[in-house]
Amino acid sequence: MPFDGFMYPNEVELQWSVLIVVYPFLTGLVAGAFILASLERIFHVEAVKPTYRLALLTALSFLLVAPLPLQLHLGRPERSLEMYLTPHTSSAMAMFGFVYLWYLMAVILLEIWLEYRKEIVLLSQSTTGLKRQMYRLLTLGSSNLSEGALKVDDKVGWVVSLIGIPSAFLLHGYVGFIFGSIKANPWWNTPLMPVVFLFSAMVSGIAIVLLIYMATCKLRHIKIDMRCVDTIAQYLLYTFIIDFGLEMLDLIHRIYEADESFHSLNFMMQTKLFFSQVVLQIALGTVVPILTLGFIQIFHVPEKVRKLCYSICGALTIIGIFAMRWNVVIGGQLFSKSFLGYTTYKVDLISREGELIAAGLLLLPFIILAVMVKILPPWPRDEVSAAD
Amino acid sequence: MITRRRMLFLLPAAAIAYPYVLAGTPESAPNYGSAKHWWGMLLQVDKCIGCGNCVRACSAENNVPEGYYRTWVERYHVTGGPEDSPKVDSPEGGIKGFPPSPYTGGKNFFVPKMCNHCVDSPCTQVCPVGATLHTPDGVVLVDEKYCLGCRYCVQACPYGCRFLHPVKRTAEKCSLCYHRITQGLTTACCENCPTGARQLADLKNPDDPIHEFLRTHSVQVLKPHLATGAKAYYHDLDGSVR
Repeated sequence: MPFDGFMYPNEVELQWSVLIVVYPFLTGLVAGAFILASLERIFHVEAVKPTYRLALLTALSFLLVAPLPLQLHLGRPERSLEMYLTPHTSSAMAMFGFVYLWYLMAVILLEIWLEYRKEIVLLSQSTTGLKRQMYRLLTLGSSNLSEGALKVDDKVGWVVSLIGIPSAFLLHGYVGFIFGSIKANPWWNTPLMPVVFLFSAMVSGIAIVLLIYMATCKLRHIKIDMRCVDTIAQYLLYTFIIDFGLEMLDLIHRIYEADESFHSLNFMMQTKLFFSQVVLQIALGTVVPILTLGFIQIFHVPEKVRKLCYSICGALTIIGIFAMRWNVVIGGQLFSKSFLGYTTYKVDLISREGELIAAGLLLLPFIILAVMVKILPPWPRDEVSAAD
Repeated sequence: MITRRRMLFLLPAAAIAYPYVLAGTPESAPNYGSAKHWWGMLLQVDKCIGCGNCVRACSAENNVPEGYYRTWVERYHVTGGPEDSPKVDSPEGGIKGFPPSPYTGGKNFFVPKMCNHCVDSPCTQVCPVGATLHTPDGVVLVDEKYCLGCRYCVQACPYGCRFLHPVKRTAEKCSLCYHRITQGLTTACCENCPTGARQLADLKNPDDPIHEFLRTHSVQVLKPHLATGAKAYYHDLDGSVR
């Protein structure tokens, strides 16, 4: 029997698979990476400048892949366009398409284009053949590089960034709302869900940009800007503390309130979710990075050790946030809504919603990023020539 | 004014939109006035004997795939006070009836379950394309030509009444035998219940015996704290039933 106790007969089969874990994980990385990029643009945190463009390209790479797990998960994927044509306005999910399009078209693409317009125009003049055609296409017919035009680019880019911050909040807060508004499921049903999703998104986005930046420096044989990574690590610590605080508030509230679902959820945390929640998400994915990053803030740690710590903390953070998404999505379906039984999730290796596809979807953004970095190098011009 | 140029734009748009317009059109039922009815169901726990006739009838009438249930029967065994967890089972949704209870002492009873056709149904609220809909006569239906199969409705239903049809890949649930009740018939489960534990109720019909029953008996709904406006009214429902 795949379940213990009593499940409603239709509940035995889990409805939302690992792909629905991948979806909030990817959108979280998008929102987080964008917010890190806006630190430089809006809040003038000069130290993180080396990661500004990289963060934007990272956000776009993950954003392009974000709807794929949803599309693959649909029972009738050929009808997905109906969400745009006849959206049901009372549905939180119906707004996904619009929030997504807004974020993709009005924020990320526009900001990247404005940021790169000067380079694109110069590349369209200095390259030849197909490359030239591609860059000419990317200029969208706007090849004016006068001082006035570049000033306008900068101003509009700033405004787009400014609009982008609440949009990033909207994108991921909205994903949290999809879960948090389901009153049938006490594991999900909390008004804190959008806020927790948002802060965990920021944590994961900052961590992924930190890791990608350090990895690209290593690949390009360029010295890591320690001022930059130290500042990013600082922001990672601050957002982590808020995120952890919110998650603990949610947990303490549930324990203290102890409503009818408490015994069921408590049992789950001690058994089926013990490894993914207590070990991976809380201990390894949150407490260890917070303590390590906190230690680096207080004590003097040599540069080499700091680099190693940042790499380990970044990786642990990403694993921890993925575990968090897993615990929300899968954990929320492991117990019966009768609170009398528990089921098990067995993920296939090869199927439309299997492990292989999920792994492919997690890798795909990195491939897209690698291509984009080739087309639109995010490094300063002098670094590009040094690396070449 | 519609110019030739506008017409050129409008025609393809209309062609794209037409199937979606058709998909939202309910099936026609001549001589049936949906505004004259408001359907619900009365389920009398004290009368249910757990024979499984209702589950079999529903399955046959609606071609319910094996292993999935538009309706099912649960058997409760309760000892002690309400703080004790009840022992519940529903082997294959009760489609073959129930084996003898392994428990002695306490009380055993059967609870038939189905879609509650809620007035404020969470499943309708969350459907991203409106494929789950309220009919004017109070029935919650799924338009299988329109459903995306996203399963948000399955998550939103507090009663576990929905599933994804394994072949159609769309959401499925009890339709209150809408194809029958709009022809003046009762539902398959009600028709086949040997003890009258299930009774279709038309709350807008003043001659329906449901009104007398509601006046003279105590009835409850499942999970009332969720305020879904459930219209599956249970008589003699034990507090332990989830």
